[in-house]
Amino acid sequence: MADPVLSIKNLTVEFDTEDGVVHAVTDVSYDLHPGEILGIVGESGSGKSVSVMSMLGLIPQPPGRIAQGEALYKGEDLLKLPKRRLREIRGGEIAMIFQDPMTSLNPVLTIGDQIGEAIKVHNPGTSDAKAEKRTIELLELVGVPSAERRVKQYPHEFSGGMRQRGMIAMAIANNPSVLIADEPTTALDVTIQAQIVEVLKAAQSETHAATILITHDLGLIAELADRVVVMYAGRVVELSDVFALFKQPGHPYTVGLMNSLPRVDIDQARLEPIPGQPPSLVHRPPGCAFHPRCQLSQGRALCRSDIPPLRPFAGGEAAAHSTACHFAEELIALQAGIREAEPVG
Amino acid sequence: MSETEAVAAAAPHAATDGDALLRVEGLVKHFPIKAGLFKHTVGQVRAVDGVDLTVRQGETLGVVGESGCGKTTLGRTIIKLIEPTAGSIFFDGKDITALKRRQMRPVRRDIQIVFQDPYASLNPRMTVRDIVGEPLRIHNLYQRREGARRVEELLRTVGLSPEHANRFPHEFSGGQRQRIGVARALALNPRMMVLDEPVSALDVSIQAQVVNLLERLQDEFGLTYLFIAHDLSVVRHVSDRVAVMYLGKIIEIGSREQVYGAPMHPYTQALLSAVPIESPVHRGRRSRIVLEGDVPSPANPPSGCRFRTRCWKAQEICAEEEPPLVEHPGSDHPAACHFAEVMNPLDLAGQAAVQRAARLAAVQAADSVASEPV
Repeated sequence: MADPVLSIKNLTVEFDTEDGVVHAVTDVSYDLHPGEILGIVGESGSGKSVSVMSMLGLIPQPPGRIAQGEALYKGEDLLKLPKRRLREIRGGEIAMIFQDPMTSLNPVLTIGDQIGEAIKVHNPGTSDAKAEKRTIELLELVGVPSAERRVKQYPHEFSGGMRQRGMIAMAIANNPSVLIADEPTTALDVTIQAQIVEVLKAAQSETHAATILITHDLGLIAELADRVVVMYAGRVVELSDVFALFKQPGHPYTVGLMNSLPRVDIDQARLEPIPGQPPSLVHRPPGCAFHPRCQLSQGRALCRSDIPPLRPFAGGEAAAHSTACHFAEELIALQAGIREAEPVG
Repeated sequence: MSETEAVAAAAPHAATDGDALLRVEGLVKHFPIKAGLFKHTVGQVRAVDGVDLTVRQGETLGVVGESGCGKTTLGRTIIKLIEPTAGSIFFDGKDITALKRRQMRPVRRDIQIVFQDPYASLNPRMTVRDIVGEPLRIHNLYQRREGARRVEELLRTVGLSPEHANRFPHEFSGGQRQRIGVARALALNPRMMVLDEPVSALDVSIQAQVVNLLERLQDEFGLTYLFIAHDLSVVRHVSDRVAVMYLGKIIEIGSREQVYGAPMHPYTQALLSAVPIESPVHRGRRSRIVLEGDVPSPANPPSGCRFRTRCWKAQEICAEEEPPLVEHPGSDHPAACHFAEVMNPLDLAGQAAVQRAARLAAVQAADSVASEPV
C-alpha cells in the first residue's frame, strides 16, 4: 500500500474543566491513505471529532491540551507547525466540511465572496473575476442551480441542503489532498442527505482527496467508507475494512451498536440496546472503558484491570482488522449462533 | 360481538370506528405571517392542511415526514396545545375540538405528550420528584405520602431508581432525562401518548433503550401511541400503522407492511430509497431515487399535488388537480397520487431480479439480432 497521506500517532488530547481533566482522546493512532474514505464512527463524546480538530489546531488551548502524539502530514508534524504554516495547509491542502453549514458560513458575506476568499487566501494574486469564475464552476459542480445568480446571495437565502453544497464547494476549491467531513449530513432531511451523499461522492472523485468521514451513522459508513475506525470513550476500539467490519465485527461495542439499530429494510422483533450509560470522560472505568456495559466481559477481572491494546483480530478476514478487546475472538462463535441470514441482493 | 370480530378480521386495516380512540377530521392549522408596523397578516403558513386520521385503541400510529411537513404541529394540535384553525378532533367518541382550557383538563388525564428535547422539556430548577409529581398536583391527586410513593413507583417503572427523585435534571444523561419525561407523562395513567420525536436527540445505543421502554409500557398499560418521527427505521420498528406526511398533508397511510413493503406514493418511495442501509454489501445494488430540489415553503405550497415540483412522475394534471388520499387499483391502502403504483425500493432481491432480467433480455436481443439472416 502507498504511504499514508496523514498519519496520526498516539494522539492524546485533554481538556481542563471544573470537574477535572476530561480525557477526550487517548492514545489514538490511525493512517489515512491516498484516495480512500476513512470513516470514524462513534457516539457523542467518543472523541471522533476532537481527534481531527486537534491536529488542525482547531481546539481552544487552553482549556484543551495536546498531551502527546504526532499528526504527520506528508512528513510534517501538524502539531508542531507554526500557526502561519498550519493556516496555509488548513483550507488548502486539508479542507473541512462541518455539520452545521449555518454556523460555519459567515452570514454577512455572500456565498461567492466566501468561496472566492478561500480561493484567494490560498492563491494570492488571483483576480476577483477569475475567483468568481472558479466559484461559479465549483457551485455548478456541487449542483447549485443557476450558480451565476446564487454566488451573489447570502447564506440565509440558501436552504440547508444548498448551504451544505456551498460548504463542499468551498472545501474542494483548492483541490485538497485531504478532505475532512464532520457529520456532513446529520443536520439534513433524508431526501437532502441523499443529495449530499451524491455530491460528496462527486467531490471526492473530482479531487481524489483522501477523505475522513466523521459520523455517528453506521448507515452512512456502510454506504461510503472504505475503512472504519470505531471510537469509544476517547480510544480506538476497532479498525477494519468496511466489509469485514460489517461481516464480523471484532469488538463487543461495535456488535452492540449494530444490534441496537432498527433497520429500514427488515422487521426486527426486538432491539438489543447496549445497557447502561456512556462513561464519564473525567472518571473513566479502569481497564477497558466499555467493560461495565459489555455483554462479553461477564465481569472478568482482566477487563477491569488492563486496558486492552489495539491488536490484530484473529477472526477477521482482512489482514488489517484490529480490535481493542481481550476476548474479541469469542464474538465469532457467539455471532455465528445468532446471526440472521443476510438478505440476498 | 362475533360479527364485529369477523368484520375486523376480514378487514384488519380498514378504519372501523368501533375501536377508534382518537379520530381527526379535516384538521387544519394555519399560522399567520405578520409583517409591518401594525403587524398585518400578510400570509398563512399552512402547517397542517386537511388531515384525516384514526388512531385505534392499543395501536401505534407512526407519523413520518421531513422537517416542516407539519408532523409536530399535528401532534400538538391533537392534544390542543395549539388551537386548530378548522376541523374536528374526537377522543373516545367525544368531540374535544371546542373545549376550553378548563374543560380540557379531564381529557389531558387521558392524553399525554412526550417531547423531543429532554434538555428543554424539564424545568432545571425542579427536582425529579417535583417534575414527575407535577401532573398529580395539577389534578389534585397528590396526597403527601401516597404521592411520594407514586413518584417512586413511576421512576421504577421507567427504569430509574427511587433515589433519583431528589436530584435535578442536569445530573442526568439524555436517555435518563427522556425516561423522566416518560414517567411524568405516565403519572396520570393516560390511555394515549403523543410521542414527538422521543428518541431522535439520543445516541444510538441509548435510543434502543428508550424504544424498548416505550414498547414495554405499551404492553403493560395498554397504551395507544401517536409516534411522530423523521427516522424511517425507528418508525418501522415501533409502528403498527404508518402515515407519511408532506407539506401539511398525509400522502400515504397504511399498515407497516403496506407502507414499507408496497409503497405507492413516489415520495414514500423516495424516502425509503434514501435511507442508508447498515450493510455495505448492498452498496451500488440499490436503485436510488435522489429527489431534486428542496421542500417548497408551506406558506406558498404548489398548486394541485404538493409533491409535483420534486416528482419524476409529474404531468399536467398534477398541477391542476389535487390528488385525493384514496385506494388505487392493485393496492390495499390509500395514497394521494394520480399515478400511484407499487414500487418497493427496499426489495433488494426483487431489484436484482429485475436487473438480471434486463441483462438477459439485452443479451437475447443481441443474440437474435446476430442470428438474423442478413
